[in-house]
Amino acid sequence: MPETAVASADAGLSLKELARRHGLSYSGRLPSLPEYTRQLWEYRHFIRAHAGAKITSSLGNTKLGAVWQVLTPVINAAVYYVIFGLVLNTHKSMDNFISYLCIGVFVFQFTQSSVQIGMNSITGNIGMIRALHFPRATLPISAALVEIRNFMVALIVLFGIVLVDGEPLTFQWLLVAPILLLQSIFNIGLIMFMARYVTKMSDVRQLVPFIMRFWLYGSAVLYPVTQFESVLKGWMLQVVEANPMLVFIELYRHALLEGTTLANVPAVLWIQAVAWSVVVGILGFVYFWRGEKGYGRG
Amino acid sequence: MADNERVPTVIADDAHIIYRVLQGPGAGNSPLASFKRIATRTKNSNIREVHAVKGVSFVAYRGEAIGLIGTNGSGKSTLLRAVAGLLPVSRGGIYAAGQPSLLGVNAALMNELPGDQNVELGCLAMGMSPAEVKAKKDEIIEFSGINEKGDFSSLPMRTYSSGMSARLRFSIAAAKQHDVLLIDEALATGDASFRKRSEARVRELRAQAGTVFLVSHSEQSIRDTCERCIWLEAGSIRADGPTADVMKEYEAFSRR
Repeated sequence: MPETAVASADAGLSLKELARRHGLSYSGRLPSLPEYTRQLWEYRHFIRAHAGAKITSSLGNTKLGAVWQVLTPVINAAVYYVIFGLVLNTHKSMDNFISYLCIGVFVFQFTQSSVQIGMNSITGNIGMIRALHFPRATLPISAALVEIRNFMVALIVLFGIVLVDGEPLTFQWLLVAPILLLQSIFNIGLIMFMARYVTKMSDVRQLVPFIMRFWLYGSAVLYPVTQFESVLKGWMLQVVEANPMLVFIELYRHALLEGTTLANVPAVLWIQAVAWSVVVGILGFVYFWRGEKGYGRG
Repeated sequence: MADNERVPTVIADDAHIIYRVLQGPGAGNSPLASFKRIATRTKNSNIREVHAVKGVSFVAYRGEAIGLIGTNGSGKSTLLRAVAGLLPVSRGGIYAAGQPSLLGVNAALMNELPGDQNVELGCLAMGMSPAEVKAKKDEIIEFSGINEKGDFSSLPMRTYSSGMSARLRFSIAAAKQHDVLLIDEALATGDASFRKRSEARVRELRAQAGTVFLVSHSEQSIRDTCERCIWLEAGSIRADGPTADVMKEYEAFSRR
């Protein structure tokens, strides 16, 4: 086997020393967290373009196109209205139950579809990951942006439902903006966690529908939150009421509805919401970053 | 440092790459067998290790174009992916100057999007600024030649023929100046006139002091573009040297 000639100055060096001498870097080196964050910022245009492309391409094959972005939440609300408002006619005591219910359904849907899209944000883009070099976190973030955009359209529909249901428009509605921000950070963390976790453990994909169903029932979406207090006591009640989805949903209800009974006083809910989004956001990001170099393995 | 000293751009130091493959349902994958496996804590027989690259060492220098040859499944594409940093090595190390870029035929962009939007997305993914993308977009589409038979750049990529999309992908990747460019079978696709153009582009990239690796089963494109050849067989290097010599050995081997 003919050996490659090594230039005189480099003679006698081992390959590793030769690499160091010429300042070559180890392929597949994990960038530090601040470096990675800076790279992500440099790729912000890519994130935006990718999210925009996803929105266009997901509706590209439908006749109605972008109309579906409004139609989907409207139909969603209509289904719940027919079942709970007309057929079952539950909770006659709560005259704003339709609004109460729709807020829960829409807000929960936001996180639920984020989790689902998060599972595919690495595995569904494997061709791109194997071909091009870019910080992989751009993919879950762009997935999150798509969901945030869809939710913002859904929010407008939701505002309409709440107004039609007879709730007054107040300054308190402005609180929706910071809640949306907190929930979005929470979702991004969750998406990043799911994106990496399914690449390591694809079996979890089979379990997620059940976990989400369980989470839905534990988040006081389909019934008033006060029902927990009648069946649970002490620390168990505390645990159930610390559920991040319940916290977010209660905050939206606090912002949009008049005279609802909340799980906790608003101040406590706000603290819980901030804590959840900071913890989940940071942990999700760090967990995802640790796996950065292995995503191409598929 | 003397001027005539050659500058290494890629160094592979005893690199091993092992894939862990999770096999789909097959024999012994019934629910009962799976439970038994979990209960008795035996190793999952569905996971197999594939030792794709076994201790490869070489040094590539600036301005070189290196052809990688070998029979199917000899580890060529795997090695390129590892050089690009897209696949972690299990043992040993691969060192590279800057960020090597892999250009392959299976580089999936978004099939639902029209060609020109894919160009924008691809360029942004390579780290270009929006201004650079705007400046280069028309040039890329023109180079790819997809508009030669009508306005195809505004049609979704899924309507393209395989040759057309491969041409577009090559054009996107070749638009950027790379320190190290890794080309996986990309030159084989496309018609004769595009092949000529892309080979000229590869020479241009090399002249701009980069290193080019080329995987191809087309002897002609290896002979035309590379002066050095590495022959991989079953994950190890069989030969490394001037193209003409290595090709002769390889031909003698494959005729057997």
